[in-house]
Amino acid sequence: MSQWIYIGLFFIVGLIVPVGAITVARILGPKKPNPIKQATYECGIETVGESWVQFKAQYYIFALVFLIFDVETVFLFPWAVKLSQLGLFAVVEGIIFILILIAGLVYTWRKGMLEWA
Amino acid sequence: MSFWKDPLKIAADWLMGILTSWGMPEVAAQILIGFLGVLILISVLMVLDIFLVWVERKVVSRFQDRIGPNRVGPFGLIQPFADIIKLLIKEDITPSGADKIVYNLAPILSMMSVLILWAIVPLAPTVLGVDLNIGALYIIAAGAIGALSIIMAGWSSNNKFALIGAFRQVAVMVSFEIPMLTMLLIPTILAGSMGMTAITEKQDIWFVLLSPLGALIFLITAIAELGRAPFDMAEGESELVAGYNTEYSGMKFGMFYAGELLHAFTYGGFLAILFFGGYRFFGLEQVSPFLAIAVIVFKAFVGYWIIMWVKYTLMRIRIDHMLAFNWKFLTPLAFTLLMVTALVNALLAGTSTWLYVAGMFLSNLVLGWAALTIARSYSRKEREKVEGVKKVVTTSRSTL
Repeated sequence: MSQWIYIGLFFIVGLIVPVGAITVARILGPKKPNPIKQATYECGIETVGESWVQFKAQYYIFALVFLIFDVETVFLFPWAVKLSQLGLFAVVEGIIFILILIAGLVYTWRKGMLEWA
Repeated sequence: MSFWKDPLKIAADWLMGILTSWGMPEVAAQILIGFLGVLILISVLMVLDIFLVWVERKVVSRFQDRIGPNRVGPFGLIQPFADIIKLLIKEDITPSGADKIVYNLAPILSMMSVLILWAIVPLAPTVLGVDLNIGALYIIAAGAIGALSIIMAGWSSNNKFALIGAFRQVAVMVSFEIPMLTMLLIPTILAGSMGMTAITEKQDIWFVLLSPLGALIFLITAIAELGRAPFDMAEGESELVAGYNTEYSGMKFGMFYAGELLHAFTYGGFLAILFFGGYRFFGLEQVSPFLAIAVIVFKAFVGYWIIMWVKYTLMRIRIDHMLAFNWKFLTPLAFTLLMVTALVNALLAGTSTWLYVAGMFLSNLVLGWAALTIARSYSRKEREKVEGVKKVVTTSRSTL
C-alpha cells in the first residue's frame, strides 16, 4: 500500500509544478485583453460557425478497434509474467488466444474498417 | 553502509532522525520525506527539461548545417533560460470561445502525465521512486493521461485547427498503443516480471540481443506516441498552424513544449530500461549509485538522440498511410513477434546460453526479413498498378 502513497505523491507534485509555473506566468505577464486579441485564431479570417461539430466518424471506429485490442492485450500480461513457470502448454494456449485476436484483426480488415474512407 | 553506497536511505534516515526528534509522528515524517524526495526528483527533471531545449535546438541546427543558439552564454547555454523568462512575462491569452476550465487544465495534465512516469524509473539499484510490480501497465496508464490532455486541449480551444490536430494525434496515439503494449510484453516474458527493477536486473544479456525487432518496434511506437516526425501530422504546420496547441500562448504553450521534450527523453529512458540494460553497464552500477545514474542518463540521452535523428531525417507521413502502417503492418508483426518470442523462449529454455541467444536473435531477424519482404512485394504490386496507369496516359498523349 505504501507504494501507492508514493505514486500519489508523484501525482500531487506533478500537478503542483506546472500549476506553479502557469500561476507565476499569470502574475508576471501583462493583462490587456481585447475582443480581437481573444478571437479564435484562424489565419486572420473571421471564424465561421462553431468548431464543436460532429466530425469524421472514422476516428470513432479506430477508437472502437483500439478499445477491443487494448482490453484483450491486457489479458496477456498475467500470462507473460508467469510464462516460464507454466511451460509449453501455456505457451500454446497463449498462442491460440493471440491467433483469435489476429482473426479479429483480419475480420476488421476485411470489413473495410481500417480504410480511411 | 556509506553515503556513496546508498545515498537515498542514508539521507532518509538522517531526516527521519531530525523530524522524529522534533516530535513528529513517524508516518507523517515518512510522507514528508517522500514528498521532499519527489520534489527534488521533479525539480531536477524540470532543470533537465530546460537543458533539453538547448540540446534539441543545438542538434537540429547541426542536422540542418547551422550553428544554432550561440550568442547568449558559452555555446548558447543560457539561451533556454532567456526563453523561460520570455515565456514567463508573456500575456496569458484565453480565447473568448474556449471552455475555460478544460482549456486551463490541459497543459497541466500534459506535463503531469510525463512527470508521473518517472515514479517507476529505476535510476540506480537503490535510487528509485517506487518499484511498482505492474510497471509496464503503469507506463500505458500514464500515457493515456497524455492522450486525454491532448484531446482536452484540442476540443476546448474551440478552434478548427486545434480540433483536427487533436483528433489526428489521439487517433495515432491510441492506434500505436497496441504494438507498444505488445512490445512491453516481450521484456515481461523474458524477465518474468512487469517491474522495471526486475526487468533491469534480469538483463545479464541485454534484451536488445534477444529481441532486436522488439526494440525497433518499441522505438517506432514511442516516436508515434510522442507525435514527433515522421508521425507529426497532428502538428502539420503547413496545414494546421500548430495542431492541438494552436490557441495556447506563454507558459501554457511552454508546458506542452517542455512536456513533449521531456516525454521524448523519458521514452529514451524506457527504451534503455526495457531493452538496453537500464542502469547496468558491465558491473559499473555496483561501484556506486551515482555511476549507475550517470549510465542510465547517458543511455536515455542516446535514445533521445536517436528519436531526434529520426525526427530531423524523415519527412511527414499522411495520416491514412500512418494508420494503415500501424494496423496492417506493425500490429500483425507485433503479435507474430510475441508468439515467436514466447515459443522460442519456451523451446530453448533449458539449453546453453549461447544457443538461447542465437536462437532468439536469428528468429527475430528471420521474422523481420519476412515482414519486410511481404511489405515490399505488396508495395511493388501497388506501384505497378499506378505506373501501369501512367504508361497508358503517356502513350495516349504521344499518339495525339
